Amino acid sequence: MSEAGLDIQVELTEDLLVSFLRREAGKFGFSRGVVGLSGGVDSAVTAALAARAFGPGEVLAVNMPYRTSDPASAADAEAVAGALGLCTRTVDISAMADGYLAEGEIADRGRRGNVMARCRMIVLYDLSVEWNGLVIGTSNKTELLFGYSTQFGDSASALNPIGDLYKHQIYQLARHLELPAAVREKAPSADLFEGQTDEQELGFTYEEADRLLYLLVDERHDAAELIARGFDAGLVEAVVRKVTDSQYKRLPPVVAKISDRTVNQDFRYLRSWGR
Amino acid sequence: MDANIHLAQIEPTLGNLEANLELHLAAVDAARAAGADICLFPELSLSGYFLKDQTAEVSFAPDAAPLASLRERSEEVSIGVGFVERGRDGRRFNAYAFLEGGKTLHIHRKVHLATYGMFEESRDLGPGEHFRLIESRYGRLGVLICEDAWHLTGGWLYFLAGADALVVPSCSPARDVSRAGEGLGSSRKWSKLLSAQALLFQSWVLYVNRVGCEDGVTFAGESRAIDPFGEEVGRLSGLGAGHLPVALDAHATERARLKTPLRRDEKAWIVRRELERLEGAAP
Repeated sequence: MSEAGLDIQVELTEDLLVSFLRREAGKFGFSRGVVGLSGGVDSAVTAALAARAFGPGEVLAVNMPYRTSDPASAADAEAVAGALGLCTRTVDISAMADGYLAEGEIADRGRRGNVMARCRMIVLYDLSVEWNGLVIGTSNKTELLFGYSTQFGDSASALNPIGDLYKHQIYQLARHLELPAAVREKAPSADLFEGQTDEQELGFTYEEADRLLYLLVDERHDAAELIARGFDAGLVEAVVRKVTDSQYKRLPPVVAKISDRTVNQDFRYLRSWGR
Repeated sequence: MDANIHLAQIEPTLGNLEANLELHLAAVDAARAAGADICLFPELSLSGYFLKDQTAEVSFAPDAAPLASLRERSEEVSIGVGFVERGRDGRRFNAYAFLEGGKTLHIHRKVHLATYGMFEESRDLGPGEHFRLIESRYGRLGVLICEDAWHLTGGWLYFLAGADALVVPSCSPARDVSRAGEGLGSSRKWSKLLSAQALLFQSWVLYVNRVGCEDGVTFAGESRAIDPFGEEVGRLSGLGAGHLPVALDAHATERARLKTPLRRDEKAWIVRRELERLEGAAP
């Protein structure tokens, strides 16, 4: 049993992802991208790939702080945009989010976080029209498998170049793409409330999670086998449960079948249909 | 078999026959200008690969229009081209036509349809049932469409029938960027496989893969040629369209078979006897 496959050839990966962005955007007549740049490593890697695919001047990096966001995040986003030479925009979502949150007196942290993530989605999709570019996604494979994102929020995009890369691999790519050290070294966080970190919320580290996910998903070992080989049973079960419980987030909404031919069930076409 | 081969690594558009036909005609013209005898295209080169419900929509009978203009061109350059064949009985096949002298010389229907993981060919396509050699004016060719080459059956039957070269058109996706090896893992597997086929069947192997993306899947290109000793003699690099000229020479095949007379020593009758025994045995 080996997790050696978790380490990637970074140049080859970059070539594939740059080609993916150019070709998939090109099919729909686009050669520009919009990225929500949070100051975290995922959006930094996405922005760097988009810059290589479309040219830095063709990528709009949008930082969208809420009034409780850590100012260091905005500074990191600025450093990334500066290093890559991207066009930038800052849109403070406080008024937009509070218009709804205050009205409804919403105090629940999870709900507030989701509203913010969906406000950012609204901004990105709106600016994508003005910019004439596609929204480029920033969800990595670990997040996608755990459903660790807001549905129709940060998980929404037209093209996602990093969705088949585990967090561990994102760091490898970040080093290769020479992204600022601050972005590569800080603890991953959704920055939805003060002091939040991903690993604290998930209950395990990304290194642990990535190893397990790689063995389960990519190498197709089963949970019982992993436990028998010495992996912590509680951890394995928690990981499997998270993946299973979040399947709904990875699929389009369920359509009730009435006719002989139903969208996405037996009406099957790729997005690339005719392109 | 002496021939100048032109492996046309193209980027088809999904389900757009018209646009793809233009690509083919341009590539054939380029092949002719470069002095090629045979121009080979990838699997499903006229239709694109992940067709799903488009499969039936882009299918056509071999005598229908899309192949006609290529057939005309084949007066000067022989052409191998991939398409979805519509059978008379309504079945669809992952097919590869070999056109020569203005005629359709042969159509191979993919026998081993890929239906696992990301592939779902058997859902929309019927399997072929034959491995028959193409008697080209340049030599004898056997076609193994992609997954066909992952089984020894086809290559071995072509070998028994006296093939000079195996043509392997493919739509192989780029997969596995692990640092455990160099280059794509999927491409390394193909290298082993193609070399093994060339070595075991002492034939030239011409692998022509496509490039481009279909909904996130990048096709890996890296079309290549392997000589009858199992050695790679040419390969395209990068993820872009291109063409690989390959000079096939009969002496190489002759020497390979002289040094190691595998065909002479093959004992196909044992296979027949053992198959009969196995098929007669209780399951």
